Amino acid sequence: MLDALTSPRFLRAALPAASFAILLAAIFYVQPRAMSYFGMNLMLQYTVPIALATIAQMFIITVNDLDLSIGPFVGLTACIGATMLADTPLLGLVALAACVAAYAALGALIHLRNLPSLVVTLGMSFVWLGIAVLVLPTPGGTAPGWVKAVVGLKTPYVPYPIIAAVAIGLVVHLALMTSSYGAVLRGAGGNPRAIGRAGWSLLKIKMVMYSAAGFFGVLSGLSLIGLTSAADAHIADRYTLYAIAGVILGGGEFVGGRVSPIGAVIGAMTLTLTGSFLTFLKISPDWQIGAQGGILIIVLALRALINRREG
Amino acid sequence: MTLIKQLSAKAWIWSFIGMVLVWLVTAIYTGGKGSADVITAALSFATFTVIVGIGQMFVITTGPGNVDLSIPSTISLSGAVAMKIMGGSDAMLIVGFLASLGCGLAVGMFNYMLIRVLRIPPIIATLSSSFLILSTAIAYGRGLKIKPPPLLADFTTAQVSGVPVLAVVIILFAVVMSVVLNRTLYGRAVLAIGQNMRAAWLAGINVERIRFMTYVLSAVLAAICGFLLSGFSGGASLNMGQEYLLASIAVVVIGGTSVAGGKANIPGIWGAAMFMFLLVTMLNTFGASAGIRLIMTGLIIVAVITIAGGDEPQR
Repeated sequence: MLDALTSPRFLRAALPAASFAILLAAIFYVQPRAMSYFGMNLMLQYTVPIALATIAQMFIITVNDLDLSIGPFVGLTACIGATMLADTPLLGLVALAACVAAYAALGALIHLRNLPSLVVTLGMSFVWLGIAVLVLPTPGGTAPGWVKAVVGLKTPYVPYPIIAAVAIGLVVHLALMTSSYGAVLRGAGGNPRAIGRAGWSLLKIKMVMYSAAGFFGVLSGLSLIGLTSAADAHIADRYTLYAIAGVILGGGEFVGGRVSPIGAVIGAMTLTLTGSFLTFLKISPDWQIGAQGGILIIVLALRALINRREG
Repeated sequence: MTLIKQLSAKAWIWSFIGMVLVWLVTAIYTGGKGSADVITAALSFATFTVIVGIGQMFVITTGPGNVDLSIPSTISLSGAVAMKIMGGSDAMLIVGFLASLGCGLAVGMFNYMLIRVLRIPPIIATLSSSFLILSTAIAYGRGLKIKPPPLLADFTTAQVSGVPVLAVVIILFAVVMSVVLNRTLYGRAVLAIGQNMRAAWLAGINVERIRFMTYVLSAVLAAICGFLLSGFSGGASLNMGQEYLLASIAVVVIGGTSVAGGKANIPGIWGAAMFMFLLVTMLNTFGASAGIRLIMTGLIIVAVITIAGGDEPQR
């Protein structure tokens, strides 16, 4: 029993949840009033868009790529959501579908020309930002009513952001971790050549993963304007870093298709809580990103320790 | 003919062709008015991109997965620290410069320590450290409105008949770094590691020491860039490093350095940095809006990398 609990495998899986629990406990200790329906709701309300962006990044990381454009992309979809989707819903839906298609095309391009995703997505981040500025030159717009209604749901007993985050994690977990095609998708990150030899189209896999990322990017943008009710081209610039950090905090490995959707959602929640924790400690918001970097490093250090024991 | 053949075999030639083309198009559009001034401006601004580009190039050359994402925050931190220490006085110039170098040294060592001790990919390591560095810069440089010492401001903006002095200095520096890359043990070791890390190790190269030196070099160059940039732009600001994340990687790629590592060249960085600036100038003279400019910049980077193609990983 004790062996099972201290095995590297178990420790590695428990690390994301443990870091989240420790941070939450620390918050409750410093500010007991946070331990309420209202407090949790307030602290975690931005979890949903960040979790969705993290899941999008996770799909890309699964196939050994990295997306440095997810933040500006979420910003773009937020701008489309707050303008076109609100004014002319049909045109808005077409535009959002085009965004997802563009992601699929990027996946195809990266695979066919064997390009470094880092450079391609870095370039695309400018393209997304540029389009967003054209769509919405000055901050503003209004979120469609139905988006606000979906995001602003009130649930009894358990705050809605928690339920939504758990639901997102579970749905993606079922699709990616338990389905047979999900195993193939993850295999493409672990050993692309073997998957190719087994007869699966690597091109199709990349396109599927990139469109999944695009789709979750769209959801992230929409849920974000549901909370802020207005948009801005730069609204989600930070999300690129949040999303990468969230995946890593959630136990995802950088290469080899070793990812965890539930972990990624927990990672996103941990990041969101960091801000509240610092506020309760009355630490200047200057240190907010620094603290997120610090937590990232601590968790990675713990993981390195666990991996070393595995030998 | 042999000259053309020889030249077209050089990876860096394309960035210079692009640079000249963009400049010519702009000159034709404006009827040649102010074309010389444009070159002066391009030299001035490209200088800073070249400084960080050279550091990034060495890092990228050490192989796939190696990239320094902490350059922008290092620029901001170094600028803020130097400005605060110098307090606008010429007498403190040397001290400020040394403090800047110290920042770079510390950041580089910290980055490498994360990579080595935590065994995490350099992208994640430099990303997490950039969070910490940026926070330090924000906390340290809050409300910082200090003018640079007059001597530094004069030096970074000085021109001799239209040629920025700083640009000449950095061109000379690029020549030196080119010799370092191609003719010294260190440079050859960087190339060897990028081509095949294991083979380089078996050949007796101290791989870890070379990687350590490379990350320190990149951070120190970023710090120098921050120091000079805050002199050039009349003070340090917290987001002054922001645009250099993409720029440092873009000039390396457009300049013809292989992203897969093991193949690098310095002249291309100058060509690419000039090209990027002249491109934005061209779009400006065409009256393109900010959105169009961003889109075009991004698309050209994607186009260049698509044409250059990703090399097969060498192993």
